[in-house]
Order: sequence, then structure tokens, then C-alpha cells
Amino acid sequence: MKYRAEITTQLKEGMLDPEGDTIQRALMHLGYDVSGVHTAKKLLIELEADSADDATKMLDEMCQKLLANPVIHNYSIKIQ
Amino acid sequence: MKFAIIRFGGSNCDLDVHHILNDVLGVPTDLIWYKDSIEGYDGVVIPGGFSYGDYLRAGSIAASTQIMESVKQLADDGKPVIGICNGFQILVESGLLPGALCTNVYPKFCCKWVDLRVENNDTAFTSRFEKGEVVRMPIAHKEGNFFADDAALSDLNSHQRVVFRYVDSGGDVVPAANPNGSVENIAGIVNESGNVLGMMPHPERASESILGSDDGLKVFESMVGYVLQG
Repeated sequence: MKYRAEITTQLKEGMLDPEGDTIQRALMHLGYDVSGVHTAKKLLIELEADSADDATKMLDEMCQKLLANPVIHNYSIKIQ
Repeated sequence: MKFAIIRFGGSNCDLDVHHILNDVLGVPTDLIWYKDSIEGYDGVVIPGGFSYGDYLRAGSIAASTQIMESVKQLADDGKPVIGICNGFQILVESGLLPGALCTNVYPKFCCKWVDLRVENNDTAFTSRFEKGEVVRMPIAHKEGNFFADDAALSDLNSHQRVVFRYVDSGGDVVPAANPNGSVENIAGIVNESGNVLGMMPHPERASESILGSDDGLKVFESMVGYVLQG
């Protein structure tokens, strides 16, 4: 079966996010009262797997091996 | 003795390191494409650059290539491995060194000379330095903000695995001397055995007096001395 998945990687809570902070300041310069901006990366992946469970297992492995850095990232997997 | 410099798509400091090792120090050194073998080499340099366009995370794609398994093997055999700048990013991404290199606190490419303090001169790459010596080398990166969690940091400190810190010209670790937000001003670390070094500053760009400093040459001289010692 063909599956489509959405992987989101995001810096762990408390990690410095200079890009998010810069965007927050820019929004505040525009007059918006924004108390936090956090950046995340979204990857849309198409893959073949026997079941949704198998697909999730493979995607989790991909996150561990390459897509996320466990030292600094949390990640989530959503199968569509 | 012969050294290998590994080239990935996007490596761009390979020829600089080659010039220093091959021409300045006279050590036969080969440029090795990442699909080729590093078997039989006595030491490895992973040079700076922007491997694979820094896609995903700086160093992450190169870290997932097959040749990094050979680098791990070579490191396990006690041979010297140095990753400079993008090479350091590749070493942390491949798990050869702990921590991570995040975007600079001021999220911009930062290219300038920095002062570094040698914290440990008992490694494969620092034996020619005095402990506490302040040296000058340039940095050039956007993802050089070294991060390690408390446990990893305490392990690095208690085992003298921090090799270089960013300091002011007087040799003091101060926030103003920190160019990228690295935790505790860390600029370079080694593995437990001291034969794998990762550093953000570029010793190869400070290895001839015509370049403004030849402090970096001691890194490569130490590497050669380490191999000669056996």
C-alpha cells in the first residue's frame, strides 16, 4: 500500500530558536503582541508499506537515523 | 604515513587542508571521494564546507553515508580523525562526538578571527600546544552554536574533553568572546580516547604566517607526531 506521511521535527522545549525569536521580534515591530514563535520543519513523505503500522515503524526509524537529531529535536509522525 | 581527506559533495576546504598537510608538512595526503575507501590510511580529515547544501541539518546527510562507518572503525583503531567546521558537524551528527551544532545565536553567517584557549594539550591534535595557550584562528559558519545537555556537558568537562574555548585576547572565557552562543564558549571537543577532534575554527586557514597566523599548524603537527609515536 502507498502511504503519505507528515513528519514534523521541532527543537526541544527550552532550546534556543534564534529564527523563531527573530520572527517574533519582527512581528512585534509590526505591532502584533506575539509572546512566542517556534520554528519547525515539516517533511511530506510518500512510501510503500504493508500496513499503516509498518509505515509508522519505518518512519520512526528514519527519524532516529536521519530526519531528526535526538539531541535537540522532538518529532511527530502523522500518516494520512 | 599517509593521510586521507574525505570529500563529500559540497566540501570546499579540502584543498586548503591538502596544501597544509602535503606541501607545508610534507605528509603524503590523498583526497578521497566519499564513495571510495580509506583503508590503509593513518589519519583522516573531514574538511569544512557545505556538504549537501546543509540540507536537513548541517552535516546530517554526509553523516549518513557509508564511509562514516569506515571512519568509526578507523577511530576505534586509535587513528586520528579531525573534523573541521562542517567536518565537526558531520562528526556530531554521526555520533562520533556528543552534542549538536545549532544555528548561531545571532542567526547569521559569521566569518572572523577568534582567540581560542587550549584547554587540553594531551590529545592527538594538541600535543604541540602549551596548556592554557591562547591561539588565533578564523571561524566561518552559521551553525556553530555547540549544545550539549547537562549530563553530556558534565562528562565533557570532567574528562577534559573540551579542547578549545573562545576567549578574549587575555585568555578569559567571557560572553563577548563567544561568537555563536556555544555553551560554555566551547569551540572544540574530543572523544574519550582523545583521537577524534571536532572544532569549528579552521586551523588550516591559520597554518602559514602569510595567512595572518600559523597557530593552526600545531594541530596538524600534533596529528603527525601522534602517528609517528605509534
